[in-house]
Amino acid sequence: FFSRSRAYSEFLNEILICQCLSSAKLRLIVFSGLRNEDLKEMLESNKESHKLEAMKRVVGLIAKGKNASELFPAVVKNVASKNIELKKLVYVYLVRYAEEQQDLALLSISTFQRALKDPNQFIRASALRVLSSIRVPIIVPIMMLAIKEAAADLSPYVRKTSAHAIQKLYSLDADQKEQLIEVIEKLLKDKSTLVAGSVVMAFEEVCPDRIDLIHKNYRKLCNLLVDVEEWGQVVIISMLTRYARTQFTSPWKEDAVFDENNEKAFYDSDSEEKKGQTESKPYIMDPDHRLLLRNTKPLLQSRNTAVVMSVAQLYWHLAPKHEVSIVTKSLVRLLRSHREVQYIVLQNIATMSIQRKGMFEPFMKSFYVRSTDATHIKTLKLEILTNLANEANISTILREFQTYVKSQDKAFAAATIQAIGRCATNISEVTDTCLNGLVLLLSNRDETVVAESVVVIKKLLQTQPTQHSEIIKHMAKLFDNITVPMARASILWLMGEYCERVPKIAPDVLRKMAKTFTTEEDIVKLQTVNLAAKLYLTNSKQTKLLTQYILNLGKYDQNYDIRDRTRFIRQLIVPNEKSGALNKYARRILLAPKPAPVLESAFKDRDRFQLGTLSHSLNIKATGYQELSDWPAVAPDQSVRNVEVIEPVKEWAPLVGKAKQPKSDDKFYSDEEEEKDEEESESSGSDDSSSSSSSSSSSSSEGLFYDFMLPCELHDTDSTSLLSLYLFINLLLCLSAQSQAVKVMRRAVKSPIRASVTTPSFSPVKTYELLHHMSGKGLAAKYHFPRQPCLYQPNMVAVQVILTNCSDHSLEEIHIGDRSPASLNIHCFNTIERLEPEASVTVSMGIDFSDSTQAANFQLCTKTDQFSVSIQPAVGELLMPSSMTEEEFCKDQGKLLGMNETSATITMATANTSSLAINKQLLSVANVGVVSSSQNNIHRFAGRTVSSGALVLVSLELRESSTALLTINTEKSIMASMLLRDLKQALAMA
Amino acid sequence: MIHSLFLVNASGDIFLEKHWKSVVSRSVCDYFFEAQERATEPENVPPVIPTPHHYLISVLRHRIYFVAVIQSEVPPLFVIEFLHRVVDTFQDYFGVCTEAAIKDNVVVVYELLEEMLDNGFPLATESNILKELIKPPTILRTMVNTITGSTNVGEQLPTGQLSVVPWRRTGVKYTNNEAYFDVVEEIDAIIDKSGSTITAEIQGVIDACVKLTGMPDLTLSFMNPRLLDDVSFHPCVRFKRWEAERILSFIPPDGNFRLLSYHVSSQNLVAIPVYVKHNITFREGSSQGRFDLTLGPKQTMGKAVESVLVSSQLPRGVLNANLNPSQGTYTFDPVTKMLSWDVGKINPQKLPSLKGTMSLQAGASKPDENPTINIQFKIQQMAISGLKVNRLDMYGEKYKPFKGIKYMTKAGKFQVRT
Repeated sequence: FFSRSRAYSEFLNEILICQCLSSAKLRLIVFSGLRNEDLKEMLESNKESHKLEAMKRVVGLIAKGKNASELFPAVVKNVASKNIELKKLVYVYLVRYAEEQQDLALLSISTFQRALKDPNQFIRASALRVLSSIRVPIIVPIMMLAIKEAAADLSPYVRKTSAHAIQKLYSLDADQKEQLIEVIEKLLKDKSTLVAGSVVMAFEEVCPDRIDLIHKNYRKLCNLLVDVEEWGQVVIISMLTRYARTQFTSPWKEDAVFDENNEKAFYDSDSEEKKGQTESKPYIMDPDHRLLLRNTKPLLQSRNTAVVMSVAQLYWHLAPKHEVSIVTKSLVRLLRSHREVQYIVLQNIATMSIQRKGMFEPFMKSFYVRSTDATHIKTLKLEILTNLANEANISTILREFQTYVKSQDKAFAAATIQAIGRCATNISEVTDTCLNGLVLLLSNRDETVVAESVVVIKKLLQTQPTQHSEIIKHMAKLFDNITVPMARASILWLMGEYCERVPKIAPDVLRKMAKTFTTEEDIVKLQTVNLAAKLYLTNSKQTKLLTQYILNLGKYDQNYDIRDRTRFIRQLIVPNEKSGALNKYARRILLAPKPAPVLESAFKDRDRFQLGTLSHSLNIKATGYQELSDWPAVAPDQSVRNVEVIEPVKEWAPLVGKAKQPKSDDKFYSDEEEEKDEEESESSGSDDSSSSSSSSSSSSSEGLFYDFMLPCELHDTDSTSLLSLYLFINLLLCLSAQSQAVKVMRRAVKSPIRASVTTPSFSPVKTYELLHHMSGKGLAAKYHFPRQPCLYQPNMVAVQVILTNCSDHSLEEIHIGDRSPASLNIHCFNTIERLEPEASVTVSMGIDFSDSTQAANFQLCTKTDQFSVSIQPAVGELLMPSSMTEEEFCKDQGKLLGMNETSATITMATANTSSLAINKQLLSVANVGVVSSSQNNIHRFAGRTVSSGALVLVSLELRESSTALLTINTEKSIMASMLLRDLKQALAMA
Repeated sequence: MIHSLFLVNASGDIFLEKHWKSVVSRSVCDYFFEAQERATEPENVPPVIPTPHHYLISVLRHRIYFVAVIQSEVPPLFVIEFLHRVVDTFQDYFGVCTEAAIKDNVVVVYELLEEMLDNGFPLATESNILKELIKPPTILRTMVNTITGSTNVGEQLPTGQLSVVPWRRTGVKYTNNEAYFDVVEEIDAIIDKSGSTITAEIQGVIDACVKLTGMPDLTLSFMNPRLLDDVSFHPCVRFKRWEAERILSFIPPDGNFRLLSYHVSSQNLVAIPVYVKHNITFREGSSQGRFDLTLGPKQTMGKAVESVLVSSQLPRGVLNANLNPSQGTYTFDPVTKMLSWDVGKINPQKLPSLKGTMSLQAGASKPDENPTINIQFKIQQMAISGLKVNRLDMYGEKYKPFKGIKYMTKAGKFQVRT
């Protein structure tokens, strides 16, 4: 019983303490002088709970902005507490007050130094966070050391923290810049997605001009981008935008042709290939430039509005003009978000819509104003609608504007009237309609509406003053009822300017003004003086006295502007002995024809700022704004971005082992990225990244190809091993259409094949779709022509098929079923027993097309399904290269004249006239061999049809002004004409 | 980036401040108050305000201004998005985001803000990770905490930051494994005087509440994914898979989250589920106006239109309204001139109407504008675009989860001009 009662009494005690605490709180409020004493007492007590309670109070004080610095000594003692929450609260306090209590703050440093060595990464990180947040200059060396150590930490989280600490240290002591840049350089090399955003942020703060640090990391950053956390994405994208503008040439050349479809081919082919296709002003987008555009595109789907906006601005500043419009939809989507987001997005759209109406015109209705929108949103929408107005949609827009004019929000109604005015000047067809509409508004009950209408009408009349004296008269009638100064001033100005058109009314208005002059606003007074002067010059008989009177009133006005103006006008118009030569010109000065005002968008000049920035939003250059440079005329060396890839041997080794069952390219590559697990690579699109990284790496790892080939140099011609070897070579060819690889192949492949491979083409492999996974119930198939002699039968064309299982269950027994025409001779691949989900396999087949382009139809079967597919070869694929000398060529050509000769004069794209380009283009179309030619203007190519072995001779004779005579000699005249057509197309195309 | 944060309530008091770098004096907010005074409505305060040495970026939510102080160039949306994320987190933690809730939980708020930003750059914003770091307060835990003196802060440090799925906490365990998905579509429309549609579009979201043990890998497929025109995903969704197959494949975060928001392609005609017959007139010279409003269902596929709420900002000249609703209740605020009518459910047999007179200021001329009518409604068990979830599969875990999908259509910004 006793023990229980003791426990009970202890419990009561606790409750009492709680009550004490709350009464202490009460006392705190009542006797505010005592509060710190109480808190100090609690902080120094032995009970953890008391300390915690006290710390919570202290944090509450900090949050309210009250000063709690007196408690520093008491608080700092608890920095080494075991209680995590207490510790955290102490950290909060320390960071807040360390700057004010530097000496005392130093007491805590040793605790952090100890924690920096803690085995738990989170303790290390939080220690670094706090240590670097203590803004005490004395500890700069300690911080520097801690940052350097943390930057090499094994945990990416700690490295991230160190990136943050860099900025803190920099703001504390800018002299450390050089050392910090070293750390940044090191961290930029980090492959962790966790670190990337933070280190780029540090880069932007500390050394945004050291663009050279980015070169080597550019491709990595592009590839990591999708996996970086959203905030980091924003920072990286904006940095890369700046980077790209200094490193790549402008994609905005007028006749820059860029085919989206070629995107894939880019990374497989060398850049020379591309050159062959471009026209007179060759613009080739740097593959790295394309990489950036392609890797940021998926981020348009981000839920984070800042990410979407930053991708949008990247496309706006970097993408070829016709590609920018893909961001439209996403930007319009953001308009559904919060008011503040809408505001910023609309501002950016307003700027964009000035230059590119077409981008947003289809979404015009998204900018219709709702009565519940905030005023600044309404005005921005109005701005955009006005920018979008053109002849086609103006009637819709004006109808919409009519509703807005009636809005209860008068400021908005006034803005609408201005917008109508802008539409009227920009689109001459509707000027009269608008003017009539505005005149009707003059009888509106609301003063602001009337006033705004007057101002806008004034501007409109100025643009075409000829036949509008009626409107001016009407306005003169309204004059008495209008009280808004700006509107009154506008009417007066109109009267004065066109006083000769309303000779009877103008003097009368002046008479009225003379009566009320002293009570008018300054702006009205100025215009009255103006009107008086003009009337004096045109109609001095009637108005001389009135003018004198007004000038006298003005002379004694309180406002010095008006006194000034009066004095000036008097000297100008009233002739006396003192007035100089100007008097003669008074008429020409005052009544000079004035150019009409240009009604422009308020967003006209905003494009000087990068979109999405604070500066753009405010239209003022904000502190720390980094100017976006112009495109360089000549691209800087692009090889600086090449990364020396030291490929570890083990990564390639499995390939040899797998040669018998080669996997698809994608799969093969993903082995390379050992750091990423399946999960990540799926969501990140490492398919893209890896293919590009390896294409860049392949050049540096050519040597390795040799090494690996050596063990497989097989001397026996055993068919299976030969086959596997052959497939392996094909794989290599797919990887890189590099001559090196071909050489390797030549070395490796002994006798039977070697003879026939004379001039391998370097053109990229075009892949065609055989079966889409939607129609194939998850089985997808693609095929391409490897342009290798078929192993199975010499009269067959080799075809490689990549089978991919896109479904979620494994597919079994994939084989080829019925074929049509039945006579079709196909060498099938062996039945694939099982294909796992997401897996893919490359198989090769041989098809005898009998030298015709008729499609080979057959069925692709799985255990359960059959899909009819067809392969239609291009005529050029039915050939194989034949090697011959120039003499042989001419001799054979001589035999194939008359019926066997097809020729045409063709026009070639200027970019294609170099012999290199011609070779590229020709070889990309047809699988023929180059015949070395002694004449510069004649290019010769020879090949044989695969099936019948008939000779096909192609010669191209260059003529003046990029025309050429293309001749094809062969027995197969149908093939000749088809080939001629294809070649003509390819050569004309850039 | 973000230097400091000030929380300002409707009456213009700063009730919380937090600094991530050196302290910025709260007098910087004077510029904000100036702008606030200039604005007629709370919504009209510009989100970005320049001051001589700083820039103020603010968002307004739940009648609280969250004012961030910026010192140098930063994408404004970055800050705005972050501030909204802060509000969402508060709401997630305290149920509501009000001044009282924030003041009551000031310590948790401070701990949260400390974790969310480091040196002004976002550190942890995923709710799953934050919840591991700082436990949300519950009544029970508050009680226990006061008595035992234990803490809100998680004992163990989070693992989420380093896992391959940074949005999901590890070691999730439930006895009942359930996954619920709500497909909620909103119709934004402007209907003109004559009842024809000026613009109408459908925006939808799929909100999920997933309580599944372990590391489930879910796939969600639609019957008609082509309807989705423009989508944005939670980071967990595998974009490649969507691109290739139009299937949502993801490892979900634990708890509530927004999986997807989408826009239905504008080629599809939008079915407008309600119509309004209105006759609002003011006669010249008399101080009376007539008000006559009838609502009716249209294109609802047999589903009932519920929770109908009509509101309208009447012209300033209207002094009072004397109306007679056939169902529901109406209120008219003579100060703000806001008329709102809580209709409830629309009965197609007996259409709800609101009729009567408005009294105008004597002697004033008739207002020349007609009010806009805003309508809110809900239709259960229907997604107006016709979007349908085909199936939901789970991989990676052995158990059988309970799955549920709910459809709902709501009015978004649905306005009728009169």
